[in-house]
Amino acid sequence: MKRLLFVLVFCLMLPTMAHAKTLKLAMDADPESLDPHVQLSGGMLQYSHMVFDPLVRFTKEGGFEPRLAEKWEIIDPLTTRFYLRKGVKFHTGNDFTAKDVAWTLDRLKKSDDFKGLFEPFTVAEAVDDHTVDLKTSKPYALVLAMATYLFPMDSAFYTGTDDQGKPKDAIVKTDHSFANKNASGTGPFKLVKREHGVVLELDRFADYWDKTSPGNVSKIVFTPIPENAARVAALLSGGVDWIQPVPPQDYPRLEKEKNIQLVTMPGTRIITFQLNQKRKPEFADPKVRLAIDYAIDSVTMVEKLLKGAATPAGQQGPEGMAGFDPALTPRQDLEKAKALMKEAGHEKGFETTMICTNNRYVNDEKICEATVGMLAKIGIKVALTTYPKAQYWDHFDAQIADIQLIGWHPDTEDSANYSEYLLMCPNKDTGFGQYNSGNYCNKELDDLLMQAAVETDQAKRSEMLRKVERIAYEDGAYVPLHWQNLSWAARKGVHLEPIVNIMDFPYFGDLVID
Amino acid sequence: MIAFLIRRLLQACIVMGVISLIGFSLRHTVGDPVREMYGMSVSAEVRAEARERLGLNDPIIVQYFRFLKNAVQGDLGNSLFYQKPALEVILSKAPATLELVFTSALLITLLSVPCGIYSAIHPRRLLSRIILGVSTVGVSVPVFFTALMCISLFSITLGWLPSFGRGELTPLFGGAWETGFLTWSGIKHLIMPSFALTSIMLPLFIRLVRAEMMEVLQMDYVKYARAKGLSERRIYWVHAFRNTLLPVITVGGVQLGILIAFTILTETVFNWKGLGGMFKEAVDRGDTSLLVAYMVVVGALFVVVNTVVDVIYGMVNPMVRVVGRK
Repeated sequence: MKRLLFVLVFCLMLPTMAHAKTLKLAMDADPESLDPHVQLSGGMLQYSHMVFDPLVRFTKEGGFEPRLAEKWEIIDPLTTRFYLRKGVKFHTGNDFTAKDVAWTLDRLKKSDDFKGLFEPFTVAEAVDDHTVDLKTSKPYALVLAMATYLFPMDSAFYTGTDDQGKPKDAIVKTDHSFANKNASGTGPFKLVKREHGVVLELDRFADYWDKTSPGNVSKIVFTPIPENAARVAALLSGGVDWIQPVPPQDYPRLEKEKNIQLVTMPGTRIITFQLNQKRKPEFADPKVRLAIDYAIDSVTMVEKLLKGAATPAGQQGPEGMAGFDPALTPRQDLEKAKALMKEAGHEKGFETTMICTNNRYVNDEKICEATVGMLAKIGIKVALTTYPKAQYWDHFDAQIADIQLIGWHPDTEDSANYSEYLLMCPNKDTGFGQYNSGNYCNKELDDLLMQAAVETDQAKRSEMLRKVERIAYEDGAYVPLHWQNLSWAARKGVHLEPIVNIMDFPYFGDLVID
Repeated sequence: MIAFLIRRLLQACIVMGVISLIGFSLRHTVGDPVREMYGMSVSAEVRAEARERLGLNDPIIVQYFRFLKNAVQGDLGNSLFYQKPALEVILSKAPATLELVFTSALLITLLSVPCGIYSAIHPRRLLSRIILGVSTVGVSVPVFFTALMCISLFSITLGWLPSFGRGELTPLFGGAWETGFLTWSGIKHLIMPSFALTSIMLPLFIRLVRAEMMEVLQMDYVKYARAKGLSERRIYWVHAFRNTLLPVITVGGVQLGILIAFTILTETVFNWKGLGGMFKEAVDRGDTSLLVAYMVVVGALFVVVNTVVDVIYGMVNPMVRVVGRK
């Protein structure tokens, strides 16, 4: 009887044991490095979620869920205390403690890419082995949002010098470093093999702390396939199980395939035009700016040019963000645009210049060409020049044209970040308005944002940020076009939907494959 | 012969010098690598510091001489993206491209010679017309299209061949060369890319062999051989064919360079991780030091290939003597 029971139990367990699930994954690029602090980019953060764990992470709904921090509380306006999970191991076998969190914050503050985001933080103080206080210099509303970027690294592993005699913790972008080639985090997957630009192989970490995770992927083989058509073909031919991003021109085709599932959702990257008031005096008149906003019909543009690849926008942050105001809908009214031009005394129109990228955003060149046509209808003659992304930003900074295209994704996943970079009065000392080539400058808007930065009451803060969006909308501070959609596709049997989110950080640790 | 090789070596240095100079002067038009290396929200100062550290603020001529000085010592600079010496990156990617180019060159030779000769000997036969017709289509269809059609048919619809990558590789020479020739998976992966690459060059060579052969067959010595009663086979293969080879070899040497250029497209479509794909990605990323290093290496390859072609030339036709040998 006992033996029979044993056999029975064994047979029941068999399916879970016998099937090692491999996820063959293809994205447009592989992470720039294995060192999570070398570059602030979507790819690096996606990688960080595989090999490392953050203190907390965003849920699909935009809230926070505990990861390495089990819970947290605000001790005083400048201190948030995080209670860390016990018994967590790094891939090397080292124990994860508060010391690693403190060490990681120190290192983040040394990273060229991350130090700006972590500037409000002064120090992480270890209270005991599993309690850590994050301290800020001023009350700061985004402590938790930033804790999603705090992926503790194995401090013992990254301390000392490597075989070339260089410090292991050095953050190096263009040359050899220990951290560029090695990794040890607490994440669901550990590094097996990496050939930069060719393949990244990860194995499930046997001692992963999250035993409740439904994830059953035991191995990830991640191949970068930069060419859109090649990436789609790889999925269709069964060469890979999962691709992202999906090129919009292939949506209809993938939707027709029975064995493929395609998921898209509006992302947080807003595409806008900035109208330079300093270069072009006409743009200093809000009427002209609003006329342009009315004339550029982003709704039709999305329908015709970006079929399903974008969501028309009337403001910077999409629904779900603190500053989102449902009343701010995209403007589209040609008659009104003409009337406004007349009121402003430009009935006959004028000539102007515009620059755009041609390989940075989805269909960027076509969007700009369509805009030229739409503005012609209200008498504005636009001379358009487009550049590849590698050349564009120098021209953008030099403000060589009156109308400039820019897309923005907030690194903080927060409303205020858009305005801080795109709409605040440009100020070289503070760094605000760094990408405000429209030279829009409104004291009221600036003040609201500065207050919002130190307001920790989320309800009050949201109201301030909504007001910012309203001011910008009414002033025609810029021309919002659309939010680019995020897209993923996978073969049937890969449960894609539950692990993807608006930040585009798929939580592969929780992925289930049939 | 040695004098010839030494002269060629000197020429190679000059060619590579000129190429690197051109590469350098074009560098800034590719764009600013620093932008690609940092997130958007990084301050202008951080970027300026990085530019200073990488020496990108120095006048181009200063940068160029610094490059030359290092290049003489075998250091072509660091790839900004791969975080290691550019030469190392190129050497690690070269086997993939060389295997692809070698397979295509072999296919071209094996197919173009019989097809060309057959259609020269029997210009009016149906098969000759088919060969010429198909090769006209081949030459007029862009490689990108050929490649995508192949993928669509053989990978997606039929599921016979893998659509991307190199498959299972076997390390040779202590890992310095990873070959796909020794596994079935590697060979399966090689079929479509090498076919696509072959499709560009094959028509040209068939027509070249055919035209040369037809011309030779009109020559007096062929008529004489026939009058003398030599067998047709001997006339075609020994007497006529040998003389058609000379121009084919010359063109072949030059075309090999074009073949390398076409690997850029082929490798991109098939996600073949060789030099071509690397070059395209380096352009997209503004990885300028890698671009310059690539141009220098490819320049060197060109010189080597053409030198070898000249040597072979001398062997095929002893009347032609390489320069420097009186």
